[in-house]
Amino acid sequence: MYRYDEYDQKLVDERVAQFRDQTRRFLAGQLGEEEFRTLRLRNGLYVQRFAPMLRIAIPYGLISSKQMRMLAHIARKYDKGYGHFTTRQNIQFNWPKLEEVPDLLSDLASVQMHAIQTSGNCIRNITSDHLAGVADDELVDPRPYCELTRQWSSFHPEFNWLPRKFKFAFSASTADRAATRVHDIGVHIVRNEAGELGYTIYVGGGLGRMPMLGHKIREFLPEADLFSYCEAILRIYNLQGRRDNIHRARIKVLVKSLGPEKFTELVEAEWAQIKDSYLKLQAGDVERMRARFDVPAYADEAAADDGSFTAKLASDAKFAAWAKRNLRKHVRPGYAAVFVSLKANGVAPGDVTDSQMDALAALADEFSFGELRATHDQNLVLADVAKKDIHALWQRLSELGLATPNIGLLTDLICCPGLDFCSLANAGSIGVAQDIFDRFEDFDYQHDIGDIKLKMSGCMNGCGHHTVGHIGILGVDKSGEEWYQVTLGGSAENDAALGDRTGPSFSREDIAPAIEKIIEVYLAQRDSEAESFLATYRRVGMAPFKARLYDKASAHAEATA
Amino acid sequence: MSLLIRKYAISADDWIELDDTAEIPSNAKIIVSLARSRAERETLSAAKAIGVRLDNTEDIAALWPELQALPLIALSFPKYSDGRAFSQARCLRERYNFKGEIRAVGDVQRDQLQFMQRCGFDAFALRADQNADECLRALGDFDLAYQRGASEDLPNVWRLRRQA
Ligand code: HEM
Ligand code: SF4
Repeated sequence: MYRYDEYDQKLVDERVAQFRDQTRRFLAGQLGEEEFRTLRLRNGLYVQRFAPMLRIAIPYGLISSKQMRMLAHIARKYDKGYGHFTTRQNIQFNWPKLEEVPDLLSDLASVQMHAIQTSGNCIRNITSDHLAGVADDELVDPRPYCELTRQWSSFHPEFNWLPRKFKFAFSASTADRAATRVHDIGVHIVRNEAGELGYTIYVGGGLGRMPMLGHKIREFLPEADLFSYCEAILRIYNLQGRRDNIHRARIKVLVKSLGPEKFTELVEAEWAQIKDSYLKLQAGDVERMRARFDVPAYADEAAADDGSFTAKLASDAKFAAWAKRNLRKHVRPGYAAVFVSLKANGVAPGDVTDSQMDALAALADEFSFGELRATHDQNLVLADVAKKDIHALWQRLSELGLATPNIGLLTDLICCPGLDFCSLANAGSIGVAQDIFDRFEDFDYQHDIGDIKLKMSGCMNGCGHHTVGHIGILGVDKSGEEWYQVTLGGSAENDAALGDRTGPSFSREDIAPAIEKIIEVYLAQRDSEAESFLATYRRVGMAPFKARLYDKASAHAEATA
Repeated sequence: MSLLIRKYAISADDWIELDDTAEIPSNAKIIVSLARSRAERETLSAAKAIGVRLDNTEDIAALWPELQALPLIALSFPKYSDGRAFSQARCLRERYNFKGEIRAVGDVQRDQLQFMQRCGFDAFALRADQNADECLRALGDFDLAYQRGASEDLPNVWRLRRQA
């Protein structure tokens, strides 16, 4: 964990006091509706379909057991007993009362958490790899850089009133697990040929109505120059980004309209002016930050498999099936990273109850040095589990309904709240997720299908990342009815791509069968079990899928696009 | 006339902000638009002092030669949520080391004042409905900052840590 020092704590406390005063003024009629809206958004507070919705930051996904217990407390005290983990390492609560939000924020501050800049047109929560620090393909731990960036961006005096929201993601590993290419700024921590640390910078990715992948605007930026370069990018955006049309206001639109070359030129020119300023990181800054993170007291030998793990793999098929999907290699030989699936049948993807949160906190204390991580796919990870403990942990997770053996499989889908909570929704994405769950209930079948990412959004804002799903589902409104567009071939990883539309959309009744057909085509077309859905799609193209989806037998498909 | 906060105090405004058609009072300190300051050089010379109001779309770098000798530059917030003037202010202070007054004009309201101050604004012509005491308090909402910015009035967290 990163632990706050007195300064971090003071700033968070002052923010709570500020928001308490803003809320008081609003309720007393001294602060206008519109002004209060923009201020509360900067504290993560939306007003939604049924009640306010509060989004709390889990910077780079890292959360302590103590913090998790506080989230459980919040779920009980201010909500209806559950929280919702999102795709950007945040957790959302759907039922807090406006008057109580200052108290809620103050409870959060007591465990070094906050909702600062989790919405609004400012720099949002900094996200990163959920396997940071334990992945075996990692160059350095990205989290100290993320925390530096969190601090640099928190209450930034110049960049708090941008044309539109602004999202950063960091990756420091060979595999991009943080969807960096669909962020406003994606930072890859790299080493250059001389062996120096630095960053490759991508700008202008984003989802929403105009999904785009970020452009690489700098191959190598020296380590010390991160913030001067980011300030240059943000200044160009703040001054030149469009403010006349909310749908054209993201930095991706500016990069596109200027062209990435011209945009880069402007950034480089601005940067030349500030690169040698006080913004440069000084010797010791990164080291000092690194030292602020706890390092687990690993004990490889004591942790190693004492035989129980291998024995149970052989004797317990259920455990083996789970272990096959829900474990990841740890850089330390005695340990494994354990994925806690939040995609159980009958539960909205990403939802966790208060008692599950309490139980997870206890499991983190017992099995994983008191820490958990939130993933970009709306799951949790216990990242440092001793191999000898894995079976015991699995049993406990099973009792809690948190051991669905589906990580990376079809039912490990991303899904936005849709009509169930969101006032912008066209479609009930959670209901569709349930249909898919019901149809693919058989885990053997899912295992056979293998790695696949299904992502679903209830409207074109794209909170569910549908455009970068291997299979994407988008809810659209047609004369008051829910319809669903399907895309294939998207990805948010190293091979990032936007999906291609299959054709006309499907009715509520036909969408889950359509997904089933897509899977059937894949299984028929793949050249071997080793060829993934995405690889197969990229090889065979849309034609066979289209043929199956829109053949005459599927009479319900619409006539027009 | 709007309420003015200058250097952390409610202040009498010794400047008169003029629109492009207002008559120019003699022997007064006036703030006019950039266009007017260019077009009416002659008539304006009767003023005691001239400050210039910039739209938030103006490029400070391109204008600097014209701006450098001014005693006052007013930067505009056509709507409080339009944050371009924050960048203009920092550019004036940090890149060009502008020493005159930088005044926030337009939709200037309490909850942004400290951010403005940290970008280098030192005077705030408050929107008519604002409560001056509240606004003064707002300048003390935070006692610390992670960023240095254009004003060193707040203790800087990174510097404190480096010194520790
Ligand atoms: C229920 C209330 C919610 C509302 C009103 C809402 C609203 C929006 C809107 C309007 C956008 C589009 C922004 C743009 O195009 O610039 C957006 C994007 C997004 N939202 Fe939500 N959202 C909600 C919940 C969620 C949830 C629960 C998640 C995560 C599961 C989420 C994650 C995202 C992500 C990842 C994006 C895409 C960001 C991008 O365009 O790069 N949102 N949201
Ligand atoms: S994608 Fe649309 S429906 Fe889903 S949460 Fe976002 S805004 Fe709401």
